[in-house]
Formats: sequence, C-alpha cells, structure tokens
Amino acid sequence: MSMYNEKVIEAFMNPKNVGAMENPDGVGEVGNPKCGDVMKIYLRVKDDRIEDIRFETFGCAAAIATSSTATEMVKGRSIEEALKLTNRDVAEALGGLPPEKIHCSLLAEEGIHAAVEDYRRRREGLPPLPPRHDAVCHHDLPGSEGSTDV
Amino acid sequence: MSPRKVYMDHSATTFVDGSVLERMLPFFSEKYGNPNSVHAWGREVRASVEEARSSVARLINAEPREILFTGGGSEADNLAIKGVAEALSEKGRHVVTTAIEHHAVLDTVKWLGKHGYDVTILPVDGNGLVDIEVFRNALRPDTILATVMAANNEVGTIQPIREMGKVCRERGILFHTDGVQAAGHIPLDVKDLPIDLMTMAAHKMYGPKGVGALFVRKGVRILPLVHGGGQEFGLRSGTENTAGLVGFGAAAELAMRRMAAGEIEVERRLRDRLIEGVLSRIEDVTLTGHRTLRLPFHASFCIRYIEGEAMLLRLDFAGIGASSGSACTSGSLEPSYVLLAMGLDHATAHGSLRLTLGKETSEGDIDYILETLPPIVQTLRSMSPFKKNA
Repeated sequence: MSMYNEKVIEAFMNPKNVGAMENPDGVGEVGNPKCGDVMKIYLRVKDDRIEDIRFETFGCAAAIATSSTATEMVKGRSIEEALKLTNRDVAEALGGLPPEKIHCSLLAEEGIHAAVEDYRRRREGLPPLPPRHDAVCHHDLPGSEGSTDV
Repeated sequence: MSPRKVYMDHSATTFVDGSVLERMLPFFSEKYGNPNSVHAWGREVRASVEEARSSVARLINAEPREILFTGGGSEADNLAIKGVAEALSEKGRHVVTTAIEHHAVLDTVKWLGKHGYDVTILPVDGNGLVDIEVFRNALRPDTILATVMAANNEVGTIQPIREMGKVCRERGILFHTDGVQAAGHIPLDVKDLPIDLMTMAAHKMYGPKGVGALFVRKGVRILPLVHGGGQEFGLRSGTENTAGLVGFGAAAELAMRRMAAGEIEVERRLRDRLIEGVLSRIEDVTLTGHRTLRLPFHASFCIRYIEGEAMLLRLDFAGIGASSGSACTSGSLEPSYVLLAMGLDHATAHGSLRLTLGKETSEGDIDYILETLPPIVQTLRSMSPFKKNA
C-alpha cells in the first residue's frame, strides 16, 4: 500500500465539501470504475464565481484526499481561476503524493474542468455533459513507473 | 490512539508463536554447528534438523525422507514445477494449472510456457472452484504435471484436490498442490490423498518466514534448482537454515496440537460469526469464495460502491489490520486476478476486503470489527457517487 504523508491522511480522514448538491449549475463526472476511481464534481456558480462546490468520489485514499483539496482550492474563485488549477497544484498543496497516485490528482483537475464545461454548456442551453466513464486508466502516466505487479 | 489492536491478516503471515521461538533461539549462538559437519557441534544440530523434518512429515502423514526444506513457499512451488518439468521433459511438455493460483505457481508455469512447454490455465466458477470435468478434459497424453492449490489465499476456497489427484493418478500424471494456506489448518494426509508433491510454508502456521517445505512422494523424480553441496537429498543445496527449520518443526507440532484440541473448530465458529455479522450489518456485500468449502480462518468480501484501499486505511486507523485485492493495494493496474477470474466485475473487485483470523483472535475482536466496519463503510459510501448513504 502507498505511503501517504500527514496532509494526505488528514484530507482523507476529514474531507471537506463531501456529498451531492441539489440543483447544481454544473456537474462533471470523470474516471472509470474499472480503474477503481470515479470523481463527480458539483458546482454552484454565481456571477462567474464558484459559490459552492461538492464532490463524490469512489476511489482510494489519494483520490478522496485530492477531491477534497481541489474543491477547497477553487471554492470562492472565479471560473477562469478554477480552470487554471492543475494536478501539480493539487499534489503540491497536499505536500506530494506517492508516484503511483499522481493520476488521482489529475482526476481532480479533470473533474473540475468537466464541471465548468458542463456549466458553460447549460448556460448556452445545450444538454448537460454526460458522465465520462470511458476514460483510459491513468495509472500508466509518467511518474507511475514504480507500479509493478506484485 | 485506537483503543484496540486487532490483526486480521493471518493469511499474509502469522506471528511466530512463543513456543516456536523458544525452540529456535538456541540455534543462533549456542547450537551453531553446521549440520553437515561430522563433529559433535554438527551432529547435535543434524539431529535437531532431522527431528524437525519428522515433525513436518507427521503433519501431513508423510515419511521424513519425503520432506525437503526450502527457503519458503515460493521456492518450494518453483522447485516442484520446474523440477518436475525438467525431469520429465522427455516424457511430455504439457502442464495444467488454474487461473487463481498464487503467483509463485502461476508465474512459474507461465515461465515454462515461454521455455518450450505447453500450458493450460483452467478457469474457475463463481465460488473459485475448478470443475473436475473441465480438469479431466484438459489432461492430454503429453501432460506431465497438474498443479492446483489446496486452498486459495484471497478467497479461501478449498479445491477438490482428492478428485483431481485421482484423475491424474489414473493417467500417470504427477499432481502438485500448493498447500501454503491449507497446511496446518485443515487435515492433509498424503497416505490418503493421491497427491505427489505439496508445498508448505512455516510462516502461515506460527513459524518463521523464509522457511518452506516440499513434500515429494517417494519414487517421484525431480531435478534441483539450486546446485552445490548436495543438502536436502541433493535437491536443495546450501547450508541449512537450522533455526528456521527447527522453527518449522515446532510450528508443525503446534498445528497438530491445535487440530487435535479442536482449536480450529473454535476459530471456524468465530469466523462464521464474523461472516454472518458482516453480511447482516452491511448492505450490498457479498462473500467471495465458497461458503463452506473454505479455510476455517478465512473471511473475504466484496463491499460494493467503495474502494478497498480507502477501507483498509480507515480500518488501520481504527486498529484493525486487513487486506484487499483492489488495484490500489496491489500496486498493479488491475484489481485481483483471482476475483476477476471468478467473474466479478472490476468495480466490485476494487471493493474487496479480506479478514483472516488467527489463534489469538477473540470474541471481543470479532465484536470490535463488527462495530467498527459498518460505520467506515457508511462513511465511504456517503462520499461515493455510486451509492447514497446506506
């Protein structure tokens, strides 16, 4: 099992912004249940600012910790600022992640981007963005070379 | 921090029992002779090593000459499979195994598959059982060896090794079983069972790690992997790990005492209470593996809508040591190949949880798990997009 630092453990044990949201302005669902992690982000937007954000995550401790941290980082920010959030920012805010868990931080970035995209579509009167469960498992991204079949 | 420590991962390894450790200790600094030496120092240790061999033999009703000590279960599996394949390569080059074997067997057989042997890997049913007819039909005129585990480490299912061994014997095919999880916990009598080779490991029965044994029935010829000084009847060279071997002997004696005293039955009843408690207190949980054809200390589940590693960490913080076959815990890209072979879908397999009891597990420990696990599952489900608060 991965070795997590105290910040990751704290975010995993006491995550913020957990749970579904009634009548959200945007929803993004990314990941793949096959790979073992799915992240769903709900947005409430007012005057192009993220007034409230919630997440639901099926996944390991790192997936839950990064969901919590990423939502905290964009809450109260403008949509434009939220789109600038990168997986590196999330991993750094958590004091680093084990190499094989970097894909979890990527999922958080993608989840927020998908939710914003959905928000924009809805505003233009387009149908909501469908969940993207066909994502390729991110485990084989750079930084996960340490993963071996044991 | 946590009020209680409950180790529930005895399938991974057991502690070394005090009675075993006590017997091992003199063999480090006091009785340090090389058992291959002719002098008094050596002879004394030789006697103890042979006594240990007799104890391990008695555990499975074998003859001492039929027990080879190795440096662990994986080595014994390798020795059995490669040793037979090498010895019988002129007779045939086909080996049969199953999809749910431990990697020590599966990867060794696959390695043979890349080195001039034909390999058949049999499927299992939803309980993890091999169908005896499927097994029979897989055997060919050029089959030299079939290797099927006595009981599975991840799901606890006990295979019909008697039936499979019988079929092999009728066809003149050698039958090896990986008994690492089963030996010392369920009766295995090689005078009664038609098996030719069996792997055992000391650290699954309160003995030390890094010590294994291979039963090789008299008359079965295998070739060594390790060449050298000719120890272990020329089949496993190297100066004996004397303390470890003595520890294995003591662990085998302990296992025989436990089985005779009915301790295994007590363990089984506790285990049943755990299984029934988990199934009744948590929704959308399935037992993995067979309900009754199952190792007495073994409970394993798939808990839907949540992921195994998250569960293990929260259990760990509550003082409970468990394991899972989720991808995140295996370090691989895939969840447990055993669960996938049993037909479980990926998402369900990611929620696997294994709790394996030991000789010190108490009623209070089971109570504690049954109190602790449901709220952890509920918390994680409340975060999951798949299931609202259960």
